[in-house]
Amino acid sequence: MIEIKNVSKWYGSFQVLTDCTTQVSKSEVVVVCGPSGSGKSTLIKCVNALEPFQQGSIVVNGIAVEDPKTDLPKLRAKVGMVFQNFELFPHMTITDNLAIAQIKVLGRGREEAVDKGLKLLDRVGLKSQAAKFPGQLSGGQQQRVAIARALAMDPICMLFDEPTSALDPEMINEVLDVMVQLAHEGMTMMCVTHEMGFARKVANRVIFMDRGAIVEDAAKEDFFGQPRSERAQTFLAKILNH
Amino acid sequence: MSDFDFSVIAANWAFLAEGLRYTLQVTVTAMLGGILIGTLLALMRLSSIVPLQWFAAGYVNVFRSVPLVQVILAFYLIIPLVLQMITGKSTPIGAANSAYFTFTIFEAAYYSEIMRSGIQSIPKGQIAAGYALGFTYGQTMRFVVLPQAFRNMLPVLLTQTIILFQDISLVYAIGATDFFGAADKITQRDLRPVEMYTTVAVVYFVICFTLSRLVKLLQSRIAIIR
Ligand SMILES: Nc1ncnc2c1ncn2[C@@H]1O[C@H](COP(=O)(O)OP(=O)(O)OP(=O)(O)O)[C@@H](O)[C@H]1O
Ligand SMILES: [Mg+2]
Repeated sequence: MIEIKNVSKWYGSFQVLTDCTTQVSKSEVVVVCGPSGSGKSTLIKCVNALEPFQQGSIVVNGIAVEDPKTDLPKLRAKVGMVFQNFELFPHMTITDNLAIAQIKVLGRGREEAVDKGLKLLDRVGLKSQAAKFPGQLSGGQQQRVAIARALAMDPICMLFDEPTSALDPEMINEVLDVMVQLAHEGMTMMCVTHEMGFARKVANRVIFMDRGAIVEDAAKEDFFGQPRSERAQTFLAKILNH
Repeated sequence: MSDFDFSVIAANWAFLAEGLRYTLQVTVTAMLGGILIGTLLALMRLSSIVPLQWFAAGYVNVFRSVPLVQVILAFYLIIPLVLQMITGKSTPIGAANSAYFTFTIFEAAYYSEIMRSGIQSIPKGQIAAGYALGFTYGQTMRFVVLPQAFRNMLPVLLTQTIILFQDISLVYAIGATDFFGAADKITQRDLRPVEMYTTVAVVYFVICFTLSRLVKLLQSRIAIIR
């Protein structure tokens, strides 16, 4: 579904990504972790071309992201993305947040779009909040709406960039629960997260990044059993003792 | 001459009202046109296409460094010449009409700076979210960035409009008759400056004060809930 091959990226002379290679198969859940500044966000943003890269290739559902002929808006519409800071549109109601891209990008009618949005809102347990504005919801609620907004586009896969790290601890689980449910339904997911409980529960593989490189790319059991690299071991010890 | 005699106002009301109507019409035209062109200029300035950046920067800098009176005069002289070049025949458009054009073009420079800071105040993540949903650049601007920028900047935009409203009086330079100009002409003839200018001041005050109250009201009504 997602094939990342030898991707390197520079900001000026600073290399953010070094020869990254991995893949996410259909219905697979891959967790990406690593210290701050290791390039996790950058890598995941390369997948839906929010960030350009200078070397290598990324193929999503058979379409090469780096190909100048690729219709990027069309590709992105099929790849759901959830951000650390939710990024709901604060000037629109929850209903409009859920409906606008369906209407303007997919060309659905307003009624159909609202209908679909409300169904997904119900699924994340927020049906009663439809008429409110994002600023009136808690962080956890906003993030669940953001997930519903991405799902409303019928994505073929979902990207998550630290979806719970801006949340108060008591709200983390309500968001993780939605993600776990998604994983169980067979959604293809690439998640940057340090929630190792989540990784243990649903991940197929765990990727560990450090200084722009993929240092470890292992099946969940192997990763938690005994990571091969010392850096991953140190990192795991640090975040598991938290 | 010793007593105040406000009958001069009543006697010339129609002429004053005509002037006020003109002032308001130019204000509204230049506000709407100026915000539209200003927004386009702001987008050009912030685009990644260098010639567009230069054009927008040049536009803004030129109009912000030339006194408005001079622009009003220059455009009054130049517009007919340009029109003649295009149409091939002499097309005098008159002082009153030339001011609509001049103020729109001039104010666009100021509105564009306001819209530029408004656009820049929108977090990068909002733009990323727009793109991630499959919006094009234009859609991201139209549905995500500009509505928020506009709301954030509304008070400043309206404050600029109040300044614009007051600046319309400069059309005296080309002999057009706005509200202030009308009062001035009557004063020259009837020699009742105190009554006339008091009335003019009161009207300007009432309109500007109402507008600034409106700014406050709008601010609380359409403010983004955060
Ligand atoms: N626009 C940019 N220009 C220059 N350097 C950048 C830019 N964006 C990110 N970087 C640098 O690239 C590196 C990787 O950043 P990235 O955001 O991908 O890290 P991350 O692993 O997601 O970190 P975090 O856990 O803090 O989110 C960092 O060193 C960062 O400073
Ligand atoms: Mg990050």
